[in-house]
Amino acid sequence: MATITAEPARDTKPLTAAAHGEKNPQSLVFLVLLWLSLAFGLLVLTVLIVTTFIEGMARMDIQLFTNYTSQIDPGSAGARAAILGTAWVIGVTALLAIPVGVAAAAYLEEFASKENRFAHLVELNVQNLAAVPAIIYGMLAAAAAVAIGIPRNTVLAGGIALALLILPVIIVATREALRAVPQEIRQGSLALGASPMQTLQRQTIPAAVPGIATGTILALSRAMGEAAPLLLLGGLVFVKFDPNGLMSGFTTMPIQIFDWSSRSQEEFQQLAAAASILLLVLVIAMNGVAIIIRNKFSTAR
Amino acid sequence: MTTISAGAGPSTTGGLRPSPPTSLRSSRPRRGEKVAHGFLVIAAGVSILTTVGIVLSLLIPALQFFREVGVVEFLTGTSWTPRFAQASFGVLPLITGTLWTTGIALTVAIPIGLGAAIYLSEYASTRTRKIFKPTLELLAGVPSVVYGLFAVTFVGPVVLNDWLGIEVSTFSVLSAGLVLGVMIIPTVASLSEDAMSAVPRALREASYGLGANRMRTVLRVVFPAAISGIAAAIVLGLSRAVGETMIVAMAAGSQAKMVTNPLEGGQTMTGFIASAALGDSVQGSLQYNTLFAVGLTLFIITLIINMISIRLVNRYREIY
Repeated sequence: MATITAEPARDTKPLTAAAHGEKNPQSLVFLVLLWLSLAFGLLVLTVLIVTTFIEGMARMDIQLFTNYTSQIDPGSAGARAAILGTAWVIGVTALLAIPVGVAAAAYLEEFASKENRFAHLVELNVQNLAAVPAIIYGMLAAAAAVAIGIPRNTVLAGGIALALLILPVIIVATREALRAVPQEIRQGSLALGASPMQTLQRQTIPAAVPGIATGTILALSRAMGEAAPLLLLGGLVFVKFDPNGLMSGFTTMPIQIFDWSSRSQEEFQQLAAAASILLLVLVIAMNGVAIIIRNKFSTAR
Repeated sequence: MTTISAGAGPSTTGGLRPSPPTSLRSSRPRRGEKVAHGFLVIAAGVSILTTVGIVLSLLIPALQFFREVGVVEFLTGTSWTPRFAQASFGVLPLITGTLWTTGIALTVAIPIGLGAAIYLSEYASTRTRKIFKPTLELLAGVPSVVYGLFAVTFVGPVVLNDWLGIEVSTFSVLSAGLVLGVMIIPTVASLSEDAMSAVPRALREASYGLGANRMRTVLRVVFPAAISGIAAAIVLGLSRAVGETMIVAMAAGSQAKMVTNPLEGGQTMTGFIASAALGDSVQGSLQYNTLFAVGLTLFIITLIINMISIRLVNRYREIY
């Protein structure tokens, strides 16, 4: 994913070209067009946030957090089950995806040799999986749940679907973070008699933690906003209870927003917007934290 | 270089290779380390299992589907009514839906994404880039349901109908495609920017030295030199647009028909899967299997797109 790549090394402090021809009309029009392109993206982002806030502010009340959803009374309906469900599912996703993703990346980066065909196959797979549409992961999770004999619409099945979805992202981010750890750290550790595995555990991984954290936070924020794969698990749109375990039924905030927005009453649209505000705040906060970690990390080097 | 082996030839790049027999490493690895190493290998294997799982979970129901519906009928039929009594299974309406939304999205995202990329790479100061690049990337982080809501409640009725006077229906391919385009702007911009920043400074200096101004240098030197990276960025954006589900499910409508007018609604492949998944088809029924036939088609299309993209990226890596 584009967002997780560390800033590439640049040797291009913008060159100041010869002044001639820099101010001719053509060049100025070109520059204005470039400016407008960038401004357009930023403008849409602003408008999206502002309109969502305007539409949803009326329903940003305590009931949104404490009440369950309702078919008949949008005025007092809330997203309680969805908020708790999101917390559960993202928790399970993190517990599954982080250890597996970091381990897979560590294997590819630190242990597999270039000629290793297994590693090569894994790499090709990771590249391909990163481009598989999210909704396909839902079909996989639904089939996998049936195959291992658990109900489809459970926290565990949802966690598996989202974990598999973000696994390639975490693997790519972790590999880049590991690659950025200077060789001297590994050599020092090995020279002092540590085994390769000890070196990985005590030196390489700890040194790569900021990069891994950045990628992982962004991946989890993506998982948090994703609804498509969970739709395939079925039975998630009308949940009026708190999830209480891995085998519990659940719904999540994106699914709740999807359900509300498909209803015709204006109050439900407001409710959908209010829940969107919540989701936007969470996602932007997570992105912010990730960027802060990345910037701190890249200036430290 | 990390050569921990004695007497072995010069080690190649980075990483810790398992050493040959003459290694300085203790000859008996601790048991815990073997277990840990095993865990790493298994974790790496998960990605292979995932691919196998995806193929199997799509292929088995899809094959059952194709036992009842001919492949040719599926691929060339122009009527998609899987839920009618007189069911008809031509996937072309869904494909035209996807083509339209994707086409509109790329029309928005390519010029705007490339414009932003050129500005950030060639004109912006390091400080400006540090602020604007992550902000632009936030566009990729906005949850797709929020985009969907934005398309239905704002882009369709307010921007298109009221401001621009374009009469679109409540659900329209146009508003879905436009918002989809906004979503993939950062994908196109960010990767193109990386590709242009990777163009050696010497090329720019040579161009300036020959008297070209900055615009000419960008258009005639930097852009062509980075073209395969830029193409890869566009192809990646394309694959995102084809696979995106919630925006089209919420904003494009759920009427599967051959899309000829983007101002009306239409259904895409992903939109069909989402709406069919909400329905109550019994597992193993033809209706349920239909979902997987469309899923398989989608998977194959994105796989082909992705292979093209990997090719392009590899070519671009070889240049510098």
